[in-house]
Amino acid sequence: MANQGVNRGRRRFLVAATSVVGGAGVAAVAAPFLASLQPSARAQAAGAPVEFDVSAVEPGQRVSVEWRGQPIWVVRRTDEMIAGLAEVADRLRDPDSEVESQQPEYAQNEFRSRKPEILVVIGICTHLGCSPSYRPEIGDPEMGADWQGGWLCGCHGSRFDLAGRVYRNMPAATNLVVPRHMYRTDTLLVVGEDEDGEAI
Amino acid sequence: MKTLIATTFLAAAALFTVPAASAAGGSGELQKANIDVTDQAALQRGANLYMNYCMGCHSTEYMRYNRVARDIGLTDQHMEDNFIFITDEDGDPVGVGSLMKNAMGEAYGEEAFGVVPPDLTMTTRIHGEDWVYTFLKSFYVDESRPLGANNTQFSNVGMPHILWELQGWQEKVVDEDGNERLELVRSGKMTPSEYDRAVRDIVTYLSYMGEPMQLDRQRIGLYVLIFLGIFTILAYFLKKEYWKDVH
Amino acid sequence: MASNPDTKIQGGLLGWVDARFPLSQMWNEHLAQYYAPKNFNFWYFFGSLALLVLVIQIVSGIFLTMFYKPDAELAFASVEYIMRDVEWGWLIRYMHSTGASMFFVVVYLHMFRALMYGSYKKPRELIWIFGVLIYLVLMAEAFAGYLLPWGQMSYWGAQVIVNLFQTIPYIGPDLVTWIRGDFLLSDATLNRFFALHVIALPLVLILLVAAHIIALHEVGSNNPDGINIKENKDENGIPKDGIPFHPYYSVKDLVGVGVFLMVFAVIMFFFPTGGGLFLKPDNMIPADPLVTPDLIPPVWYFTSMYSVLRSVPDPFLGVVAMGAAVMMLFFIPWLDRNPVLSMRYRSFAAKFNLGVFVVAFVILGWLGLQQATTEVSEMSLRWSTVYFAFFFLLWFLSKERSVVFSLIAFAVVVGIYTIYDILRFDPSDASLIMWSWLIPTVYLFVTMVAPAFARGLGRDRAVPERVTS
Repeated sequence: MANQGVNRGRRRFLVAATSVVGGAGVAAVAAPFLASLQPSARAQAAGAPVEFDVSAVEPGQRVSVEWRGQPIWVVRRTDEMIAGLAEVADRLRDPDSEVESQQPEYAQNEFRSRKPEILVVIGICTHLGCSPSYRPEIGDPEMGADWQGGWLCGCHGSRFDLAGRVYRNMPAATNLVVPRHMYRTDTLLVVGEDEDGEAI
Repeated sequence: MKTLIATTFLAAAALFTVPAASAAGGSGELQKANIDVTDQAALQRGANLYMNYCMGCHSTEYMRYNRVARDIGLTDQHMEDNFIFITDEDGDPVGVGSLMKNAMGEAYGEEAFGVVPPDLTMTTRIHGEDWVYTFLKSFYVDESRPLGANNTQFSNVGMPHILWELQGWQEKVVDEDGNERLELVRSGKMTPSEYDRAVRDIVTYLSYMGEPMQLDRQRIGLYVLIFLGIFTILAYFLKKEYWKDVH
Repeated sequence: MASNPDTKIQGGLLGWVDARFPLSQMWNEHLAQYYAPKNFNFWYFFGSLALLVLVIQIVSGIFLTMFYKPDAELAFASVEYIMRDVEWGWLIRYMHSTGASMFFVVVYLHMFRALMYGSYKKPRELIWIFGVLIYLVLMAEAFAGYLLPWGQMSYWGAQVIVNLFQTIPYIGPDLVTWIRGDFLLSDATLNRFFALHVIALPLVLILLVAAHIIALHEVGSNNPDGINIKENKDENGIPKDGIPFHPYYSVKDLVGVGVFLMVFAVIMFFFPTGGGLFLKPDNMIPADPLVTPDLIPPVWYFTSMYSVLRSVPDPFLGVVAMGAAVMMLFFIPWLDRNPVLSMRYRSFAAKFNLGVFVVAFVILGWLGLQQATTEVSEMSLRWSTVYFAFFFLLWFLSKERSVVFSLIAFAVVVGIYTIYDILRFDPSDASLIMWSWLIPTVYLFVTMVAPAFARGLGRDRAVPERVTS
């Protein structure tokens, strides 16, 4: 094993080159394996946009629509309910919907909706994923005299108003999520798709 | 030692040249389908024919409509408007992401044809493209069969000659040498060469259906081989460099 | 001593680990200071390649398990789901199916290497035994895995193999019902084969591979000259003909890996069905217990054993013969008592014996894929005879035999199957039986009688003291 006359530079270069190419190969093989864990065509088909006719929703009523296995709440708010939104604003954590991830741009308004009277939100508490219960009555004795209607999460007590905005000092830190949606006709709601295409 | 190695390899080579056994029985020579799965126009024509003539009985239930649309260059909307004939429990047309099942129940199929019409997702992989091509061209008039047609490739097949209005009708004739062949006795909407092309289009579509990733895998395989070639060359020089130490 | 702070941290961490786990020690024992003979040739790639394929199978298998459903109602569709709906699922599945066949290719070549260079001889008998056990478990693993796609070939192939146990006297039928867990091959069978395929057998396989390598590193590697390099050590106690496995053989194996992966990629991306040898067309039809395919050949790597089975007319004895064909491998270290390890220095007769064995194995493999006609059965019988005679010859060629002993032994062996031929003689196949009788007879003549008269044919050559490069 004679080590004299070894071209160390060449050896180092070849070790580096082989390692880099080999490493790139391993990474390239890992990519399809990791990609295979993404939702499959079946999951994507099951998660396709759903359509819903909002004309059947009575004033004050909340209807649950299923999209991707989650409850999507559609609420037709009365004028009284809409008026209540402004009243509670100073008790909310994010009254102006400034956290961008929680709603598309078109729902970043005082009603958090595309049509003032119709609210569309994902009915999953942003704390740990329970589904809050609907408490629409203004001044509900259980919720306190100044309650303007909203949701109470049974798991850890987070409270949300009728635009899905979370109150201050609650376990949940962000407002309920407004999914991407649009109206195909005046009353035909599509959840999971908007002008920019289908939700990812 | 050299001869030993050589015999081993020769023997191994002999083992690997076993012709692929064809799974389907059948008589006579198969005609070459000569299809080209990269031909999008043929795939679209084939899909059109398949959906209109075959899909009623033969599902392709491992495939999804939107995948087919994407791969053969159609829009989802086009698929929905023209090719989705089945409905869900509520009676609405199924979504474009659904599997391509069909509306005919198994019981009905068995009653009408004696057997449940098989799913055709992988038919070209089971029988081979040439077999399917020849089969679709081998129907002939046979009054003794319940549906008036028989097939030289698959005798007493339960399937009627569904493409008769395109091809017309053939009869089996025996020439002076005693060879059997099929002769067109009533022409259909298509000339024989147009019909051949139509059948070829269907086979192209079914070949795609059997292995929708077949074009991807060959394209990717080429890059993988180039990459491995580079890696092997580098490894070879690395080995040579280190082995300078070994005397 | 002022030391570089960087190396100090590294040395510190390594030292910390080494005080708690023999990391450096293992690295040195198995790689950096494992001295392998410097004259390894092409045939020595297949050990590390087998390890590589094992890793490929485990990784791709884990991912397939994430999508596959071991349920008779869902299994077939879940495989197509992997092929079509799962992103890159086709790649993972083809990797696994190609890997299964390549595993056997590599293992067969690896076993041939051992036979050629006498790697089963003292002191490597246990390495060989572990190796044969690996081969056995691998066959069970492949068999269980082949049922999982739940196609027609999966179903009927498993049906045939499971029913082999039916031939065992007295307990057969009950045993088969117990294996299936049902009165026919069903969901229950699929479920347990799944458990065996993904947990039980791989676990055993990995343990056996570890034992195989530990045993190898205990006694040291053999080499194409069959010389013990530990007998020639330098002043530091390092074998003069040895080089550290790392880096010399690690970089060399890298070249082998590159070439092997190219072959693998060509199959996987361009010929995934291997012309029907690796994935059979009939397996694209969902399993149907009421319809049997016309021809149910096993997958190619089982066909040699399957031919042995078919060559015996009695069902139970056929199973015994097939079992014996595998079990004989265990006895090789004690059958071959010749002190010369490598075929390089063995006699012509010994080389011829091994060459014919390989030919017999390949021909039996080809015959196993064919429909059982009279010719195919006859050839299976003749080449099975050759297959078993190989083991006898290993013993016979352990030393030079006298003329008398050679002739008597030849007469006895030829006599055994000739009597059987007379007993089963059927005038309609007379010419077939008679000319095919020559196959084993010529083979035995060349290996037993010829060396008794032409002594050069049976004489081993002198083994050099140091390896030739």
